[in-house]
Amino acid sequence: MDGVSSLLDGFATAITPINLLYAFIGVLLGTAIGVLPGIGPAMTIALLLPITVSLEPTQAFIMFAGIYYGGMYGGSTTSILLNTPGESASVVTAIEGNLMAKRGRGAAALATAAIGSFVAGTIGTLALALLAPVIVKLAVQMGAPDYFAVMVLAFIAVTTVLGSSMVRGLASLGVGLLIGTIGIDPTSGQQRLTFGIPELADGIDVVVLAVGLFAVGEALWVAAHLRRAPVEVIGVSNVRMTRDDWRRSWKPWLRGTAIGFPFGAVPAGGAEIPTFLSYAVEKKLTKHPEDFGNGAIEGVAGPEATNNASAAGGLVPLLTLGIPTTATAAVMLGAFQTYGIQPGPRLLDTQATLVWGLIASLFIGNVILLALNLPLATVWARLLRIPRPYLYAGILFFASIGAYAANNSTFDLWLLLVIGLLGFLMRRYGLPVVPAIIGIILGPAAEKQLRRALQISNGELGGLYNTWFSRAVYAVIVILLVAPPLIRWIRSRRDAGGTPIAQHHANVEGQ
Amino acid sequence: MSSTAPARKGGRSEFGVALLLLALGVWAIVDALGLSDLASRGPVSAKTVPIVVGGLLIAMAVLLAVDLLRGGRGEAEGGEDVDLSHGADWRTIGLLVAAFAANALLIERLGWPVSGAILFFGTTFALGSRRFVLNALISVGLSVGTWYLFNLALGIPLPVGILKGIL
Repeated sequence: MDGVSSLLDGFATAITPINLLYAFIGVLLGTAIGVLPGIGPAMTIALLLPITVSLEPTQAFIMFAGIYYGGMYGGSTTSILLNTPGESASVVTAIEGNLMAKRGRGAAALATAAIGSFVAGTIGTLALALLAPVIVKLAVQMGAPDYFAVMVLAFIAVTTVLGSSMVRGLASLGVGLLIGTIGIDPTSGQQRLTFGIPELADGIDVVVLAVGLFAVGEALWVAAHLRRAPVEVIGVSNVRMTRDDWRRSWKPWLRGTAIGFPFGAVPAGGAEIPTFLSYAVEKKLTKHPEDFGNGAIEGVAGPEATNNASAAGGLVPLLTLGIPTTATAAVMLGAFQTYGIQPGPRLLDTQATLVWGLIASLFIGNVILLALNLPLATVWARLLRIPRPYLYAGILFFASIGAYAANNSTFDLWLLLVIGLLGFLMRRYGLPVVPAIIGIILGPAAEKQLRRALQISNGELGGLYNTWFSRAVYAVIVILLVAPPLIRWIRSRRDAGGTPIAQHHANVEGQ
Repeated sequence: MSSTAPARKGGRSEFGVALLLLALGVWAIVDALGLSDLASRGPVSAKTVPIVVGGLLIAMAVLLAVDLLRGGRGEAEGGEDVDLSHGADWRTIGLLVAAFAANALLIERLGWPVSGAILFFGTTFALGSRRFVLNALISVGLSVGTWYLFNLALGIPLPVGILKGIL
């Protein structure tokens, strides 16, 4: 099917009043949770899963997509107006944005973030609409060995690129894969890792897992280290940009979009790396280098656009291959599975109304977000003053309802506590959470493809790499695994001049 | 010397993570060996993935231990509300877990309107809020409100417990 005509059909779906309402609820919720510290889109979608089972999948996903995009808008408000470092994707925005706010230019920073997010989100969604049918055309030719290779790539990329320690990333991935294995093996019907507990036979519910790792784990972790001093919110008046601000912003918006989209589309751990890249590019290209370190608008415009473009890019592998590249995408994949929908290249055919309605509603959501954020940024900023006991008590309260409502079972509440303590432990000891959630959600699918590939090849291991595509993917995986330690080793040799103490020091820093 | 003491203490507890990974890995392999590999062709059966994952976990447990012995430390996660300059507040964690467990124990007996209120009130207390009257009102309002929302608007039955006939 042609992308443009399908997209027009999608608009026909998205424009119905009920779907518009869900898009509006989604972006409203998304902005709110983006502004609030300690709660993100992955957690919110997981919490809403039990509630949305009574909805049509199209409506649920329109709302989820609104939350996904809205979270990006809201996150920038927090990082600009709050005097503390925030989550990884908005760390870069916080550098210059916070400095701008301190100099009384917070309004311009919020405006360039919101308009930049709109520009990037719109271009990114358009690219998604044009690219998805093309990728699907290629993807229908992919066989089991190709899928298995791409899934292994997703595991390795998320693990090696995110965080500073490969060992801890792989450990987290292993824990995720282990949790994903719990339950009845679909091929042989045998129970694995269940201790014979009937509640575990179907595996652990995705709601319990995602809510436990993100909501409960985060709430416990923050509670253990809660900032005693009240947070300092920098006030702003009406949000607008001067002519000069526009002149300095539009190029970074476009460059940020160009950087963010491709990075989002490959499994490289979300928006962390591209936003840093965008910041570096803007710092290099700026005509006002003296402003960097004092609140340069380019340093907000570029990374914020990157952020949103990478969110759009992340939907490409999710909708065409069924492969998530971020935590939020992983939870959305879990949501597809709860509806009995298997994302993959056939999704665009079998669920055309859903997919194109979703993409069209992203355009609409972007417009609503701009309208919500530009004039109302100061209103949203008030959410930052919510007393922290209520915020984190609320998170635990809704986490408990969500987990209980998923299966009406007390067992799930205890499981939620165990998974939450695991999430606490991971945050305490620097094990990244994203490889775990990707392992949990993608692990069973990868096992299915592995066994299918070997059934086709009649048990020959060569059946795993008998296509040029799978071989190319394995080559990339080897590079990803070998390159970072090699670069670190060469660098430490060169810098240290061979003294063992300095070498050891470099090793420690590299971990 | 005194300044390195807390860091070293944190490091020793991190060996617990390596131990946990090791235990999980052994569990995966032991469980897998108990499976039969009927109905499978070739080298891959229901055992394969758990054994590979178990091997990965054991390998990472060893590598993590080596990393720790060489002075590596896991980087604790930051955040807007996180202040890593003071140590973990175990009293708060304990109270939170207690409030959470109270809900899990009481939800079927007393019903969500009561157990949910205990959960919210307990967590606000654990997190340092001392406006008891206001918190109690918010707790009851939230738990009764969500009970109505789920049962009437969403059609998801949350337990009503001892308030049966009243709500």
